[in-house]
Amino acid sequence: MSTQTTTSTADLAATRRQLWAALEARDEPAATAAVLGAHDAGVPVEDLLLDVIGPVQAKVGAEWAAGRIGVAQEHAATAIQDRVVAALAHRTPDGTGPRPETGEAPRRVTVACVDGEWHALPARLLAEVLRGRGFLVDYLGAHVPTPHLIAHLHQTGADVVALSSSLPVRLPAAHAAVTAIQAIGLPVLVGGAAFGPDGRYARLLGADGWAQDARAAARLLAAGPPRADAARPAAGDLPHLADQEYTLVTRARTQLVRQVLQGLEDAVPAMASYTDRQRERTAEDVAHIVDFLGASLYADDAELFTGFVTWTAGILRARGVPGDALIAALDLLADAQHDFPRARGHLAAGRRALLRVPAPPAPGPRS
Amino acid sequence: MTVFEDEYGRSRETPGAEGTSWLGSPYPAVVADREGGVVEFNAAAADLFPRMGVGKWLDEVVPGWLADAHRRLSRPARTPAAAAPTRAGPAPLRGSHDGRLLRAHPTDSGHGDVAWWLVDDSDLTAAQDALRAERERTALLAEASTQLLASLNPDRCLEKTALLAAAHLGDAALVISPPVRNRCAVVTALGGGCKRTQLTLDPALVPGLAEALQGFPPVPARWIDPAELPSWAVPEGFGGTPGAVSITPLPGHGVPAGALILLRRGGRRAFDTSEELFARLFAARAGAALSAARLYAEQARVTRALIAELLPPQLHHVGGVDFAGGYRTSQDTERIGGDFYDVHAGTEDGQETLAVLGDVCGKGLDAAVLTGRIRSTVQALLPLAGDHQDVLRLLNGALLTARHTRFATLVLASVRRTGGRVRLRLTSAGHPRPLILRATGEVEEADTGGTLVGALPVVTSRSATVDLSPGETCLLYTDGITEARGGPLGSAMFGEDRLRSALAECVGLPAEAVVERVQMVAGDWVGRGPHDDMAVVAITAPHTTHLSAVNGHTRGRYTA
Repeated sequence: MSTQTTTSTADLAATRRQLWAALEARDEPAATAAVLGAHDAGVPVEDLLLDVIGPVQAKVGAEWAAGRIGVAQEHAATAIQDRVVAALAHRTPDGTGPRPETGEAPRRVTVACVDGEWHALPARLLAEVLRGRGFLVDYLGAHVPTPHLIAHLHQTGADVVALSSSLPVRLPAAHAAVTAIQAIGLPVLVGGAAFGPDGRYARLLGADGWAQDARAAARLLAAGPPRADAARPAAGDLPHLADQEYTLVTRARTQLVRQVLQGLEDAVPAMASYTDRQRERTAEDVAHIVDFLGASLYADDAELFTGFVTWTAGILRARGVPGDALIAALDLLADAQHDFPRARGHLAAGRRALLRVPAPPAPGPRS
Repeated sequence: MTVFEDEYGRSRETPGAEGTSWLGSPYPAVVADREGGVVEFNAAAADLFPRMGVGKWLDEVVPGWLADAHRRLSRPARTPAAAAPTRAGPAPLRGSHDGRLLRAHPTDSGHGDVAWWLVDDSDLTAAQDALRAERERTALLAEASTQLLASLNPDRCLEKTALLAAAHLGDAALVISPPVRNRCAVVTALGGGCKRTQLTLDPALVPGLAEALQGFPPVPARWIDPAELPSWAVPEGFGGTPGAVSITPLPGHGVPAGALILLRRGGRRAFDTSEELFARLFAARAGAALSAARLYAEQARVTRALIAELLPPQLHHVGGVDFAGGYRTSQDTERIGGDFYDVHAGTEDGQETLAVLGDVCGKGLDAAVLTGRIRSTVQALLPLAGDHQDVLRLLNGALLTARHTRFATLVLASVRRTGGRVRLRLTSAGHPRPLILRATGEVEEADTGGTLVGALPVVTSRSATVDLSPGETCLLYTDGITEARGGPLGSAMFGEDRLRSALAECVGLPAEAVVERVQMVAGDWVGRGPHDDMAVVAITAPHTTHLSAVNGHTRGRYTA
């Protein structure tokens, strides 16, 4: 992290505290005042976006994971953050002139979230950072169906696409988007927690570049990622999918959830007294496990699955739910996968990870 | 000569000594001694080299490259570095003679004599060269098609055409688009980079360009004098006057897509007929791709203009009340569908704001067209919005007289803020009743109902009045939300109960967050499954605005 800007880390920390306090109180004007006040005091917009708003949003996620705030509060905080970004955006003039470094025409970047991805703030922050650095930015927001994205690219003639995704369960959707973008001859940069802490899934899916954060993305885009080579159908092919495990597990999702749910009811006596609502929540949790198993099969990386189960165990622990049910669910799932060695391997790795980690793990991947 | 005679002996194990069969071989063969004197040759060799004779020096009778090779082989350089002769067998070498291509295979006797077997390779080599050239061209055409067809963006297509042409057909390439009001878009590619300019140019000044831009067959390259090219046609950094120029039309789908100018540097040979033919094959592909991209761009422009009015509007803060809307079409490929919403601000201060959300029977484009009609009719009826029954009656009449047989359900919400509270007048015309989220987390249903519009000659309805305290929200939604099928077990309907509990979690949230939450919960519920159009509008009484006006951080500072 570079601290060579004029902003002192103490100033940033103070602004973060003010912003967090305002979010906790759901006080939008106070949140805006904290950030705009810091801007008035000379903190650059980019630092406010990435060193104040971004980290505070990460804290929102962490607090939710730790069970200290509810889902509504998380949404309220996110909505306020979005408005704060909008307020800050008014202070950035649109970059339209030639870029100062090279004198070239500004690069046109389309920033979008993968289909099904609702966490839009990271993409929004990137869009604003890029705009501040003189790029021409089309920000398409959360949950962009790939056909829309492609139509947009044809019509606007973007030079490059930046795709954001937070949840690894969107990796197949991200892969489809990456392939579609490359098929029309454009390079695509990906970022977000979905692609793994070291961007390993970005390479796996054949993306043209991966950036750890918005600054890295801006640097990469300024340098210009390698031009996509239109004719390379082989790139991003996933030979491990040939065993069909991903396809079959995904297709059998509903059936697997039913089966595991039934098994849990037999194994966990307490479930007999569950309300319909509680039963549905449990079903949703099981469906999540199946979805992540699908993602880990797609990426052929058991760590993706173990990361998810240890994180889930942390979430459950924070809410006082015993972890036995999770292990029982993994065992039931493994029983249903006798023909699928990879799936069994991932489930076994998940189980080992749960037994190995007695203390609550840090919520979410490193950030 | 004496040395040569002394060393001459038929008993030696030269290949020729095996017998005379080789003398009748159809392949020319020559035996020469260490000094380069011809020892023996066959009839084929005599045919090939008319001055051939025993005792003559190779230099006199065979081409220099063969004589040199013989010298190298029979008298290897004595420098220690010359390790070459120790290799297993000398490789055949090639050279030309009298317009033929020969391959020469030496056979060393070990005594210094070398027998040279010669094979005429002309036809094979020519065929191989032609095959290689054809393969390269086919590969290039395939590559060009892939690259050109990838994009439906005309600018990208122009750039790709110029870059490919400069890389494979000439030293530089210019793609000239047909003139629009005397100005032509020109993309120039040179050395892997390309530049776009708009030029006012007279095509008549370049021989063949005017014709090419009109789609006439190309003028043969030899008719074009490179020295006569205008300055714009020679890219910066090209380095002097081009040595050769070729101009090819880019044929589009029935209309010319432009012209391709290829340039070769001075000193390089002119474009030959086969190259010109190939340029036309390339141009056919480029022209088709360009034409398709232009057609798509034009269609997209028309579509954008036509559906602009049909797209769901961006909602925001109106008259001290927060509005937010969310829309998801049933088909991911479409942006409009059979659901719609609008918020019309009152024309004067203190007037009610009218929000409307509805659902036309059916989905897709046809339904979307009808939503546009309903939206404009409702807008025209705004002055009557004080009485929802009047609005619905007139709207019903307008829909009944129209050609189509579709009907619609909708809900009208007249919104006025007084102090911190927001008063709503809600009227449902055959539509799911609006839900009210109270500050306590309770969710109520507005007590309104009525007949749908566009089906029956007479419509009736009953309005409800609802007051919102700061932070409370009224949610308008279409049945695409509640009837969405999915969930962890696959086929359950989302239903009103789940919508209510999702809404109950949204206490105190700003309108956008409520909409986002509802969309997200319903979206996760359907997953990747099929669903109907889904529309949501949240009307929220803000709970902090009056405070912010006091503490100086008013909206005006940043929403300007």
